[in-house]
Amino acid sequence: MKFSVRGNEVYAYTGGRPLAEGQPLLVLIHGAQHDHSVWGLQSRYLAHHGCSVLALDLPGHGKSAGMPLDSIEQMADWLCAAVPAACAASGLAQVPATFVAGHSMGSLIALEATGLLPHWLKAVGLVATAVPMRVSEALLEAARTDEDRAFDMINFWSSAGINHHPGTPGPGFSTYVQNRRLMERQQPGLLHTDFCACNAYSAGLERAKSLSVPVLFLLAGRDQMTPPKAAAKAIAAARAAGADVSVVEVERSGHNIMAEHPEETLAGLFNWLGRLSATMTDTAD
Amino acid sequence: MSQKDYYGMDTLAVHAGASPDPATGARATPIYLSTSFVFHDSDQAAALFNMERSGHVYSRLSNPTVSVLEERIAALERGVGAIATASGQAALHLAIATIAGAGSHIVASRALYGGSHNLLHYTLRRFGIDTTFVDPRDGAAWRDALRPNTRLLFGETLGNPGLDVMDIAAVAEVAHRHKVPLLVDSTFTTPYLIRPFEHGADLVYHSATKFLCGHGTVLGGLVVDSGRFDWDASGKFPELSEPYEGFHSMVFTEESTVAAFLLRARREGLRDFGACMSPMNAFQILQGVETLSLRMARHVENARHVADFLEGHELVSKVAYPDLASHPDHALAQRLLPRGCGAVFSVDLKVDRLGGRRFVESLEIFSHLANVGDARSLVIHPASTTHFRMDAAALQEAGIGEGTLRLSIGLEDAADLVADLKRALKRAAS
Repeated sequence: MKFSVRGNEVYAYTGGRPLAEGQPLLVLIHGAQHDHSVWGLQSRYLAHHGCSVLALDLPGHGKSAGMPLDSIEQMADWLCAAVPAACAASGLAQVPATFVAGHSMGSLIALEATGLLPHWLKAVGLVATAVPMRVSEALLEAARTDEDRAFDMINFWSSAGINHHPGTPGPGFSTYVQNRRLMERQQPGLLHTDFCACNAYSAGLERAKSLSVPVLFLLAGRDQMTPPKAAAKAIAAARAAGADVSVVEVERSGHNIMAEHPEETLAGLFNWLGRLSATMTDTAD
Repeated sequence: MSQKDYYGMDTLAVHAGASPDPATGARATPIYLSTSFVFHDSDQAAALFNMERSGHVYSRLSNPTVSVLEERIAALERGVGAIATASGQAALHLAIATIAGAGSHIVASRALYGGSHNLLHYTLRRFGIDTTFVDPRDGAAWRDALRPNTRLLFGETLGNPGLDVMDIAAVAEVAHRHKVPLLVDSTFTTPYLIRPFEHGADLVYHSATKFLCGHGTVLGGLVVDSGRFDWDASGKFPELSEPYEGFHSMVFTEESTVAAFLLRARREGLRDFGACMSPMNAFQILQGVETLSLRMARHVENARHVADFLEGHELVSKVAYPDLASHPDHALAQRLLPRGCGAVFSVDLKVDRLGGRRFVESLEIFSHLANVGDARSLVIHPASTTHFRMDAAALQEAGIGEGTLRLSIGLEDAADLVADLKRALKRAAS
């Protein structure tokens, strides 16, 4: 679907079904240099199993217009405007109970959004996260001066190996090359903007310490971009805050977890959502 | 894509797409000779049919053995994915039928394999898809042939019968200015000699029957998508960028930013035309791919040896092999094909039709048949086989002489191949 936020057109994939009254809304936020399509299988399944789905393209990413935003705080603020705008554009009377899940940079946006206290935000899912999310100098420099080199570095570190079965979005596809091409497809300079935003975001642990909504940490055991140990402090902080904390680790996956292990990622999200919402149907086993 | 940040070609040729079998631990890829696959439950079945989950339903759409081959070739070509088909011709048809229909137009090189020429010139025309054939070396001809309804440019890395080397980057630029993709037949070259995507091609297909299989045992084809062509931005491909009623009103470019072409090709083309690859054939082709580098290096080494010998022989008027300085595309070949120009080439003997026939029938190691890319050396004499109805004038019109032969150089000892040719040349001249 397309709608407008602050004068710019925004694209969101809804999993093949429109947003509907009477069911929860799952908002999915992609990571740096990505777009909505990274959630392809999970978003489509969930949209057909009791959930409205809004897989957003952030400003300047994918099919969304506008300049890329410079900070995680701006992105979270934009998110809090985008969700009501999408609901209004879909004819919903109000924003339903909403779960926000983000991958990598998107996880920081979800976490930061909890501090803005939108009334509709009921839980956050942090997929392949690190708090803080430091980006190495070498990678920042490559993103600034040689994007192709940076894409290669990211892609190699995001993958847990040559083989992932079944393929995503189906048999016969290369998750590795798809990720490379998706990065190539974004506008020049975007990667450096996104990485600077991740690197500069320092409020993550504070947000985790004051979490008042349920949180899912969905981590990848072989993640070289955001290894599971980089989420440990945030997990501890959220637990100390008394939040409802779920932790799922997909042992053999790399950072590109939604494509490399689509079934396990779906199960992690579905089971978590199912526990929090009575309207989810069937099971993603 | 930088090699140092990814696996090398030989590693991919052996491992890409395959894992030890989860059910049995079998290390080699098993032949999953099963038409269909049991659903976990009704919900999973519905999700598979609706593309909500990944998995196998029915072997016309996908099969575990075949998908290993698809993912391996995608990795070798640096494509976002691949679809295996029953033959190279099926791969070409699938590629075209996914993005073209009645009223569409194609611009193609005129230096094409005869089967491809037949499909474009006769068969697709019957279905309303028109093709203009151009000299592949003439950049202006590619541009001049474009029409508002042109949907595809198409050529071969090494054309038939003269081994014209396609300047892929130049033709890709023409295609992309017109907002249409370039499809390249890389059968003669394989990913070992060139990866057309690195030069600007958008789609590649192979007759896997040839060097990918490499042993003359099974038929197969593969179509690979680079994932670089922006179907949305082009605005010329509603098949991919608008809802498709034939599959849940899916908009393929929304489902996947980079793999929309292959989604439609599988969900429509394989489903409806049904020219899928048998898992048995996929297994055989996988065996060939595992040794692709080793075999192609030897094919090229032998071909150079044989071409050098033939070029120096008094009964030979011409050897059309771009590796030779005498070939008009030699300089381009040096740039695009630094590892060599494959192992198929044509040679013109200074003999009449009978002499050509005598030559072919005198060979002992070379096999007289209609194929290329076998471990065995092969030969065919067009004037007495594929073009036997044509008189000398008609042959000349087609760029073929009465003494023209096409050779496919195999993996035998080069000295034995030369000795075999020497004997046959002597008999042809007698």
